[in-house]
Amino acid sequence: MKTYLGIDLGSTTTKAVLLDENAHVLGRGITNSRSNYDLAADIARDEAFIGARFALIERDLTSFSDAESAGRFKKRLLHSFRRQQQLSQVQKLREEAEKEAKNPRFGSNAPKVAARLQTIFDTMEDQVKKPRLTGGKKSDFFRDQASSDYSRLAEQLASGDVSFEDLMSVFDKAIIAVENERMDLTFEGNIRAALSQSLENEADSIKAGLTEVVTKASSTPIEAVKSIGTGYGRQRLPFPKENIRSEILCHGLGAHVIFPNTATVLDIGGQDTKAIQVDQNGIVTSFQMNDRCAAGCGRYLGYIADEMNLGVHELGPMALTSQRHVKINSTCTVFAGAELRDRLTMGQRREDILAGLHRAIILRAMALLARSGGISNEFTFTGGVANNAAAVLALRKLVEENYGDRTINISPDSIYTGALGAALFARRAAQAESV
Amino acid sequence: MTTEKDRSMALQKEMIAGHFHALSKAGESKKKVVYTFVPGNLTELLHAFDVLPLYPEINALQSGMRKRSGGFITEAEKLGHSEDVCAYVKSDIGMLKAGNIGPTGEKLPEPDLLLLSYTGCFTFLKWFELLKRQYNCPIAMLHVPYQGDGSFTPEMRDYVVSQLKTEIIPKLEEVTGTKYDEDKLRAALRLSAKAEDDLVTVLESAKTKPSPIDAYFGGVYYIGPMFTAFRGTPAAVEYYQTLKEEVFARAAKGLGPVTPDGPMGAEKYRLVVEGPPNWTSFQELWKMFYDQGAVVVASTYTKVGGLYDMGFRHDPDHPLETLADYCAGCYTNLSLPQRIDLIEKYVHEYQADGLLVNSVKSCNSFSSGQLLILREIERRTGCAAGFIETDLVDPRYFSAANVMNRIESYLQMIEQRRRGAAPAKVERHLPVLGSEGSLP
Amino acid sequence: MTPEQIAEKADALYHDLDLGRVKQFRDEHPGAKVIGYLPIYAPREVVDAAGMLPVGITGGRGQIEIIRGDAYFQSYICQIPRSTIELALSGRFQLIDGFLFPSTCDVIRNLSGMWRVLFPEKYVRYVDVPQNFDPKVGGKFFRGELGHLRDDLAKLGGRPVTDDDLRRSIVKYNENRSAVSDLFALRNAAPWRALALESYLVLFAGNVLPVEEHTTLIRDYIAAVNASDRPMRDNARVVTIGSFCEQPPLGLIKTLEMAGCYIVWDDMTLSKRWLTQEISTEGDPLTAIAEAFLTHSHSNAVLYEPRREKGDALMDIVRRTKAEGVVFAAPSFCDPALLEQPMLTEALDREQIPWTAFKYSENLGQFQVIREQAGTFADSIKLWSPA
Repeated sequence: MKTYLGIDLGSTTTKAVLLDENAHVLGRGITNSRSNYDLAADIARDEAFIGARFALIERDLTSFSDAESAGRFKKRLLHSFRRQQQLSQVQKLREEAEKEAKNPRFGSNAPKVAARLQTIFDTMEDQVKKPRLTGGKKSDFFRDQASSDYSRLAEQLASGDVSFEDLMSVFDKAIIAVENERMDLTFEGNIRAALSQSLENEADSIKAGLTEVVTKASSTPIEAVKSIGTGYGRQRLPFPKENIRSEILCHGLGAHVIFPNTATVLDIGGQDTKAIQVDQNGIVTSFQMNDRCAAGCGRYLGYIADEMNLGVHELGPMALTSQRHVKINSTCTVFAGAELRDRLTMGQRREDILAGLHRAIILRAMALLARSGGISNEFTFTGGVANNAAAVLALRKLVEENYGDRTINISPDSIYTGALGAALFARRAAQAESV
Repeated sequence: MTTEKDRSMALQKEMIAGHFHALSKAGESKKKVVYTFVPGNLTELLHAFDVLPLYPEINALQSGMRKRSGGFITEAEKLGHSEDVCAYVKSDIGMLKAGNIGPTGEKLPEPDLLLLSYTGCFTFLKWFELLKRQYNCPIAMLHVPYQGDGSFTPEMRDYVVSQLKTEIIPKLEEVTGTKYDEDKLRAALRLSAKAEDDLVTVLESAKTKPSPIDAYFGGVYYIGPMFTAFRGTPAAVEYYQTLKEEVFARAAKGLGPVTPDGPMGAEKYRLVVEGPPNWTSFQELWKMFYDQGAVVVASTYTKVGGLYDMGFRHDPDHPLETLADYCAGCYTNLSLPQRIDLIEKYVHEYQADGLLVNSVKSCNSFSSGQLLILREIERRTGCAAGFIETDLVDPRYFSAANVMNRIESYLQMIEQRRRGAAPAKVERHLPVLGSEGSLP
Repeated sequence: MTPEQIAEKADALYHDLDLGRVKQFRDEHPGAKVIGYLPIYAPREVVDAAGMLPVGITGGRGQIEIIRGDAYFQSYICQIPRSTIELALSGRFQLIDGFLFPSTCDVIRNLSGMWRVLFPEKYVRYVDVPQNFDPKVGGKFFRGELGHLRDDLAKLGGRPVTDDDLRRSIVKYNENRSAVSDLFALRNAAPWRALALESYLVLFAGNVLPVEEHTTLIRDYIAAVNASDRPMRDNARVVTIGSFCEQPPLGLIKTLEMAGCYIVWDDMTLSKRWLTQEISTEGDPLTAIAEAFLTHSHSNAVLYEPRREKGDALMDIVRRTKAEGVVFAAPSFCDPALLEQPMLTEALDREQIPWTAFKYSENLGQFQVIREQAGTFADSIKLWSPA
């Protein structure tokens, strides 16, 4: 089948969206961006293709006679597939960590480090193999999951000659190697093992049928006839120049597709903030961006989180508990730390300061919106910061105060807006070429 | 590159080299040196007194192009100059502290007079006040009133003319020891007008499609002799004649502008640009334009030294009055509504796809209000307007990725809008998957 | 009334962004017009003579959130034009019929043109002041400009502005000038009694009060201070400079005082005391105003100084006020103040006058750093000054 691929190489995450000929979303993928841009793009793309394959499997399973078994099987297959992928990653991480443990800086301590690594990785592999019972996972990225598991274990095992810092330094080195090396995490490379695992408990009578569904989905040719790249790092994508689109255009079109009545789009990403006006066809009519400094962008929240020793995702919820209004005028990343410390010394509460900071970020965005032509109905908010409830609350208030009643759209999938727009451009370009 | 192109460029190079050489030898030749500014300069009057003009702005922009300004600015900031203020001033002061070596590698002479012809920018005033402390020389101040309500009244003209008579000319007489010779001034003004005709022809050649010139990145070279030491000289007349012939030749062949990478490819976008260029990454910025087929057909920066295309010519029959009118009419001395009208006219007359504003941090005279200009032009012309932010010569304020992002988005936006309102019909729905794409 | 009570009254005017006092003027004078003017110098006498109320436009005083104003200005431009546009777009200048934009800097200058585009229904005039100080040249030009302003206002007000009207207004402002200079003399003699923050508020009230009323307020404050008893502290006597346009937040003035500085001279309310001497009531009144400008203007960053070296005037002030140090407090991105500063510090260094410098914006909310800096500065002055 013919498909169209859009890739959005952002400063913090890389996204891919795969469309079919009718502009249905077949699959999508996301990974954290890293120094190796090609690899990040490949991983996101592979993920999108995996989504597409699973979509095909799901479609064929709907015609399966035993609906209950089919549903159970589908879940199992997906879990096994993910476990398979994770296992390869953990094993790779172990390999790299063991190499690092031989670093001369550990001297005679090297065997002790190695011993602890063995315990850590045995436990981690076990955890992957066994279905996990704990929910509430904070991130889909291997880096984050591995880091949280590893550091918890390292904390327990650190003692005597091997400190927690020693163990973490090994992790830091190893994870970079894992992230920047090509591994087979594709559908093709992992589906066979996943299939045999998930068939283990199925009745023999249906095994053949299920296998056939998976085999058929695996062998259906899926071809990305056109790929368009966008995002902060788009110039570094291995795409010909004519297949690169500005993120502004992609965001405008993507937002228009998700919410067809969109007239104004605000995107607050890691490195920049964009205010975009689109016409009834999703075509950008004007836009404004922040200047060279990242003040008021997602990255700013990252600095604040570091300064407060919190995770970025914890900032919003904490800010929501604020009781008192604190006015903050500067969203300068350079001074963020100093201002924060000053305010804490003065006895201001963390949550109040955070609420003020979120408002300050949105105020800057409001200025860009005004510059680009104001906020018309409907108004769509995208980008990483759109997931932050405190930022959304501040935005709702300020929009209401300054523009009155506006429909504010936020999609849970907003992070894919740019990639979706790019995929639509890919589809358009392919259609134009074929005419 | 064509050989014709080479000729005008070679001519200009020679002229500049000759001028800087003359400056470096000013001590031996006993020629007096006058520092002054580009907007509203009194070059013909200086020629009438046979003095050598030197333009600190030009030195600063040359330092920018030679990648020296960053270091100079840091030096000036170490001396207590604020990070917030004009980078031209800081680059100039830093260069001074580093021995005042000019763009050709020769040492620049100290001024015998600081001619502060104050047109369209308050920073000039502070700049020469600062320089005055470095050089023990007289300063002559010409205050040119601003066209606040969009006109230059007879009272304003009288005011400038009386300053010329009571302040500028006497100080020039004192410094040079020669009497003011009005006939000499008239002769220079006559040559100015001749060259000005040709400059306008060159600038207006951009009205043809494709445009044979880039009126911004190329334009800054074309205005060079006219805006600086050469207006009112036979050399400038020759330069503009040569340039005009070259441009005509290119236009006749349907050729586009010549870029540092050779002849430009197909003209895809015609833009009007408001704001001065960035000098530290001049070629890089230009490349972002021509690589994507964007040519600048008219620019306001090439009017900081006079709006010749709007009809002004130096008039030898009214020598002092014409100098007053010239000073008052420079672009940065226009009110904001006048600037908007001018840009609107350019967008129409040059059949541009839109306006791109380069907002430079250093220059409030240009930059303050540009966002309103942008919005007004959008409203009046219906054309797309774009906005980039850089600086004149402070390399810290040039973020290539940010600028590229905006230019690219802007040009693609024009492209999309041109394709019109009927994009391929898209089946609209939310992306459906995801919830099952990861482990529970 | 006590000084505190008078300051409180002035403080209420300061915090009233909705211009209640201007509304009161309009209610009391049906049909009378109101003319706003931006920093620094505006010929208020001419406005008053036309029967109109001159109102000083002084930015947002850190009290408003800037949203629409930011839409018009890049990040490297100062705050005052943003808050001024914000105030206008939020309808707070509806009572103001016309606006004067003095030739202070390129930002205020361009704001005049923006005003014409944004508010075409309002009267707008750019007040170009001469930078040539020859009465026959710059004086003649400025006399002409003032004449245009008088004619414009006469047209706007629907009645002629006579020479006698002008003379009466000149007298009123001369009285105001004399009260202002008495207040500064008092601050200089006893800065622990006439506190910087209070006198700032009292002078600031002149932005909205009719001139006679403002004069009375100043006189009342002086009398109240003279009748009060306030303890003298061992503070450093400082001059602050650089705050002539965009105003520092009150917290900054308070912070300087609390950090151990007595501000014995400042240029914060320069627009209320641009002239150092009276305007003559003899002869043609507009010529008198023009000549007063040429000869009695305070030395300032926005004014060309042909007769003296930059820094001389500041040294005069330091000597006259017996200041022990100078605090440069300039708004961020203020071209005139920041370009001027190196020339002034050079003069101070030559005379071995200690100085310190920082930048602010009108909406600054954090004073911790300034408190520490000013405190250290005051301490070092005390430590090193001859006991």
